[in-house]
Amino acid sequence: MSTPMLEVKNLRKSYGSDLVLHDISVALAEHEVKVLIGASGSGKSTLLRAINLLEGIDDGQILLDGHDITAVKVNPDEIRAQIGSVFQSFNLFPHLNVLQNITLAPRKVHGVSKDEAEANAMQMLGRFGLADKAKQYPDLLSGGQQQRVAILRAVITKPKVLLLDEVTSALDPILIAEVLALISELKGEGMTMMIATHEMGFAKRVADQVLFLAHGQIVESGSAHEILESPKTPELQNFLSALREAGRL
Amino acid sequence: MTYQPSPLRLQREAARRRVSRQSTIVALISTLAIASVLAIVVTGAPGFKLVRQSFFSWHYAVSAFPHVLSGLWLNLRVMVIAEIFVLILGLLIALARTSHSPILYPIRLMATIYTDVFRGLPLLLVLFLVGLGVPGLQISWITNSAVVLGTTSLVLTYSAYVAEVIRAGIEAVNPAQRMAGRALGLTQSQTQSYVVLPQALRKVAPPLLNDLVSLQKDSGLISVLGAIDAIRSAGIETAQSFNFTPYVVAGALFVALTIPLTRFTDWLTRKQDRARVQQGQW
Repeated sequence: MSTPMLEVKNLRKSYGSDLVLHDISVALAEHEVKVLIGASGSGKSTLLRAINLLEGIDDGQILLDGHDITAVKVNPDEIRAQIGSVFQSFNLFPHLNVLQNITLAPRKVHGVSKDEAEANAMQMLGRFGLADKAKQYPDLLSGGQQQRVAILRAVITKPKVLLLDEVTSALDPILIAEVLALISELKGEGMTMMIATHEMGFAKRVADQVLFLAHGQIVESGSAHEILESPKTPELQNFLSALREAGRL
Repeated sequence: MTYQPSPLRLQREAARRRVSRQSTIVALISTLAIASVLAIVVTGAPGFKLVRQSFFSWHYAVSAFPHVLSGLWLNLRVMVIAEIFVLILGLLIALARTSHSPILYPIRLMATIYTDVFRGLPLLLVLFLVGLGVPGLQISWITNSAVVLGTTSLVLTYSAYVAEVIRAGIEAVNPAQRMAGRALGLTQSQTQSYVVLPQALRKVAPPLLNDLVSLQKDSGLISVLGAIDAIRSAGIETAQSFNFTPYVVAGALFVALTIPLTRFTDWLTRKQDRARVQQGQW
């Protein structure tokens, strides 16, 4: 088996006496999509933030394409430039228009010329039906459009891994659908992704594997079908029945 | 079919017009009443004639005007130069105070002490200390020009205020914005200059301009060091005639000079408020 694109080994993270990640090990092969599910506070977001080094870890190791990115001598800016991240709250830059938002990292981090960066961005926006929004400011876009722009901003630099942290949680159902369609398309193009989500139907559609997290541990993992149809642990059974009661499953 | 306003709508609109007409009339009457009371109190005062003669004499106003105006040219130059330096120095101090790099610790400490001291010191005292104290040191290569030292005092004092305003703006930018910048691979300083600062300066533009208006008016204080500005020119005229009208002329000119900037500040604030209401963030 070849080296995984991303490998997390025995990761441990606590805030003071609060243990949020407890001996987490995951490997993500190239082109693989893994979906993290679990209640809020189960550690999904912390795991994603630890992977792109926005969060320090207590113990363990994270390897990106075989290189230990948690080593002391590593420059975190260089690592983050190779990992795409999208957040629940979009976090587009409100003082920059869509085109400027998307071209900032290619120009300033990857040294692409302005013309080339803009040509790439326009082509990308065109492909996803957002070309007419290029000169607009984020505040004037719908939530779904903002989040799609945020995803394009993260993938324009061709990251080795794309991390999506509950990217549809702030959106209403119609907007969720357009964002999920974009993510499915990225999967079709072979993007390696780790996705934290509460959308079980979506998990079923894109996940090569689903990981269920509870109190900082991976309690169960398997295909979406296994996880959703035949949960083995009481934690997962409780989680799924709570979702069912809330009409989310 | 064309839209016919319902009688209900017409009735409502007529009532609104009635209320608005009434408001206008009330405002008019109240303004007139207060203006007449003021006029009666002031013009009826026993010393009114004397005050009018010594502060509002047309004759002295006309004769002092050219001198005061030429003094104002100095104020104008001082305020423009001081504003440029204040914005640069204020920005640098704000950046120093909000940095987290350990190598900048001594600079951060100095910046903190600086803003504490110069926001507390009365400007007049700074003018005396710098304008009279520095030449007193008798260092040959340091100028003893009242204009230069006076401008320096203004810059020292106002940079402290402006630095705090900019710092407040930097800290008001949502931390998630900084995180998003870092997540894209931007370095700390790239995030600061492309993501945080542009948003911070937009947020604090109105209070920043307000400080500059205040600086413009305080440029008249350099006259205490003997610089021949508008205030000093008015003083010279007054010393010859024992009539205070030249000071009033200087005051009117200062007001005229600051009005464009105050109007601009108001306009900018209103524009930002409107944008916020449109985005539903009010």
